[in-house]
Amino acid sequence: MDQLYQHLLNGLLLGATYSLLGIGLTLVFGLMHVVNFAHGEFYTLGAYALFAALAGASVDFFLAIPLAVVLGAAAGALCERVLLRPLRGESIDTVMLVMIGVWIAMQNAELLGWGGVAKSVPTPFSTRPVVLGSVSVSPLRLFVFGVSGFLILGAHLLLARTKLGRAMRATFQDRETAALMGVSIERVHTITFAFGAGLAAAAGALLGPVFLLYPSMGDLASLKAFSVVILGGLGNFVGAALGGLVLGVAEELGAGYISSGYRDAVGFLIIVAVLLLRPSGLFARAERVG
Amino acid sequence: MKRLGLLVLLGGAAAAAPAWVWNPYHLHTLIMAGIFAVLALSLNLLLGYTGQLSLGHAAFFGIGAYATGLLTVKLEWSPWLGLGASIAVPGATGWAIGRLALKLRGAYFVLLTISFAGVASLVSVNWMDLTNGPLGLPGVPAIEIALPGLPALSLRAKGAYYYLVLAAVTLCYLVCAALIRSRIGRALIALRENETLAESVGINGTHYLVLAATLSAAMAGLGGGLYAHYTRFVSPEVFLFSYTVTMVIMVVAGGKGTLAGPIVGAVIFTVLPEALRAIASWQWQMLLYGMLLIAVLFFLPRGIVPALQERVK
Amino acid sequence: MTVALEVSGLSVRFGGVAALSDVSFAVRAGTVTSLIGPNGAGKTTAFNAITGFQRPTAGRVRHEGVAITGWRPHRIAERGLVRTFQKTSVFPGLTVMDNVLTGLHLSGGVGLGSALFRRGRVGDEERRLGELARRGLEFVGLAGRSGERASALAYGDQRLLELAVALAAGPRLLLLDEPASGMTTSEKETVAGLISRIRARGLTVFLVEHDMRLVMGMSDRVLVLNEGRLIADGSAEDVQRHPDVIQAYLGARARAEA
Repeated sequence: MDQLYQHLLNGLLLGATYSLLGIGLTLVFGLMHVVNFAHGEFYTLGAYALFAALAGASVDFFLAIPLAVVLGAAAGALCERVLLRPLRGESIDTVMLVMIGVWIAMQNAELLGWGGVAKSVPTPFSTRPVVLGSVSVSPLRLFVFGVSGFLILGAHLLLARTKLGRAMRATFQDRETAALMGVSIERVHTITFAFGAGLAAAAGALLGPVFLLYPSMGDLASLKAFSVVILGGLGNFVGAALGGLVLGVAEELGAGYISSGYRDAVGFLIIVAVLLLRPSGLFARAERVG
Repeated sequence: MKRLGLLVLLGGAAAAAPAWVWNPYHLHTLIMAGIFAVLALSLNLLLGYTGQLSLGHAAFFGIGAYATGLLTVKLEWSPWLGLGASIAVPGATGWAIGRLALKLRGAYFVLLTISFAGVASLVSVNWMDLTNGPLGLPGVPAIEIALPGLPALSLRAKGAYYYLVLAAVTLCYLVCAALIRSRIGRALIALRENETLAESVGINGTHYLVLAATLSAAMAGLGGGLYAHYTRFVSPEVFLFSYTVTMVIMVVAGGKGTLAGPIVGAVIFTVLPEALRAIASWQWQMLLYGMLLIAVLFFLPRGIVPALQERVK
Repeated sequence: MTVALEVSGLSVRFGGVAALSDVSFAVRAGTVTSLIGPNGAGKTTAFNAITGFQRPTAGRVRHEGVAITGWRPHRIAERGLVRTFQKTSVFPGLTVMDNVLTGLHLSGGVGLGSALFRRGRVGDEERRLGELARRGLEFVGLAGRSGERASALAYGDQRLLELAVALAAGPRLLLLDEPASGMTTSEKETVAGLISRIRARGLTVFLVEHDMRLVMGMSDRVLVLNEGRLIADGSAEDVQRHPDVIQAYLGARARAEA
């Protein structure tokens, strides 16, 4: 029984970061209709940026994380401005293929820049786990959970309460009206994409120290992000937040009770199951057909 | 007339290749180009004609390789039967996915195919009892042609294997051409162009998508079988995403929705890496491919072959 | 007089909104019947529900006596019931000829086996379909444009192509969704002429239209929908004088001007 609680706890802690990943993608995929297969690469970028700041420039850990997020957001803004804006009217397939190109290019750039050997990120946290009754948790993971939760809350407030958030929601609900009301559609698109990339980079900077860094770490991150988005329903913020937690717990339970080798299969299986059985997502209201 | 002449010239050169390609390594490159041509043609059936993208095509390639690998190594079946299985098993899998995917289109279909490939890859690594895991299956037998009364002709030598692959490419091309130049081809294209309209004139979208998925998977499986009996070794690396990436680039850059495009793409993107091998490492090449894919989509969206066809007109 | 299409108690609800409520009517074979009503009345929803593009919440649709409620569109088309769309719908990347050839899908029979092994049969079919396509294009007046790309055609010609594609599917009952919308006066006359000739061939035509002159000029029967309900069903003259119909249009106009 204790094991169950431990798995659940681990799952929730991990899941919060998956929520971050998923929220970033649901905004881009759900609202902008960009099938961003490079989402995981912004995750990788965040992780390696953290590593570079710590190992290369000896930046303080707690400063390096926001730095990584900003870098991720900037990369996202650049990508949107240079590649996506010119293709605005094109079919969703063309954009998808372009993002696949970005995926390949970014990953191999990482490979060339950092080499294929996995790296570990030093953290200022003690490795001695904190014991809470029958479960234990490492301080690092608690920190990661805390920051993830903070960022998710921040993202929600930004979307729900700020002028920018209103502009974003307006643009994606009814672009023409939003434009007539004076919203700069172009800027909203760039900011939304940068926002998504920034959140992915945050997830990477947070999870990087927990696991190891290697150039293809983004592949699984992308898949898991899509898994969360599909679980929660396209463009559904709360759905993505909850979906991330579900994925985290499912993975931990799967790894604990079935086999750790198939851990990553959970994300895949979720995608397959949801797409085949309830394509609009677990948390979405039933959608109108036709 | 000029086009026919060009085709005859190319055909003749291809048919006589083992005679004038002296360097056995170059012949190896041509064999790999042929295998990839089969793979590219298979992906093109889906992407170029129905418009649906499968990013899990390496899975069918891998399943085909494992099907024949397992049957010929563990059960000691004849390699010809193994090749047959490398077509039938992925084909059945493609059929199942097509039937299950029913209403999934666009990005959702892509995600389904990626997930399927991911699971297949994990199984090949983790199910040690079946697949030997990362150690792989060595000792896949070479293909032999054994006609009664004659001594067995082993296709172990590169020259001989080249002809087998060339025959496979020709067969796949002819199958695709036969399909496209008929009512079936029009139905597939209609799905890509306007599925709602297609349904309204009586075209059963699901039926044709399943058909395309099945044939596409079977063809990719054949590529896997050919690969297995050529390298004589099957390991989880056949599920590598880079194979899928390479296939996508070959089809998109070569010209999706054309018959020659995938073949041209396959040749270019097999010969190019070999030519660049001395200058640039594999990572640099993949980086280049990523950027090339983007460049092609921006500047030559229909691909190389259609662009050349425009020039000739 | 046989009944080509019979709709009983048809209802379509989206969440809390009733797009169609308990709509019942019959379309007699060989006639031209029009469905009119203010914007948002539910006309296209009715079309979608009849032709399989929308699952009805309740009610039944019968085509020539056979229940087709909830059937998939391609099966309904196989029975001889074909519809066009409100927004111009062609195969944009294909030539005009290929558009119609695709529409002729149901007239062909080549399957996987024939495509691979009986090329002779494929050739025969292609020739036959090509001839049918040529005649189809002549009927709508696009025979000279057969090699052009559909997306390059002018709006009016695209709508004619749409009609040719629908006719190619060999319908006995043709549902046209605003066939004349966005057209010039002379283009509308062309369309009206084509509809007469289609009816003369023995087809039943059921159309949604906004142009009253067109509707009153060629309809044997007019159905009026308002806010998802059928409020009138009669001849063109009867409907024009019907107080509920006048109220519906005036009411709609008042709402729009408010």
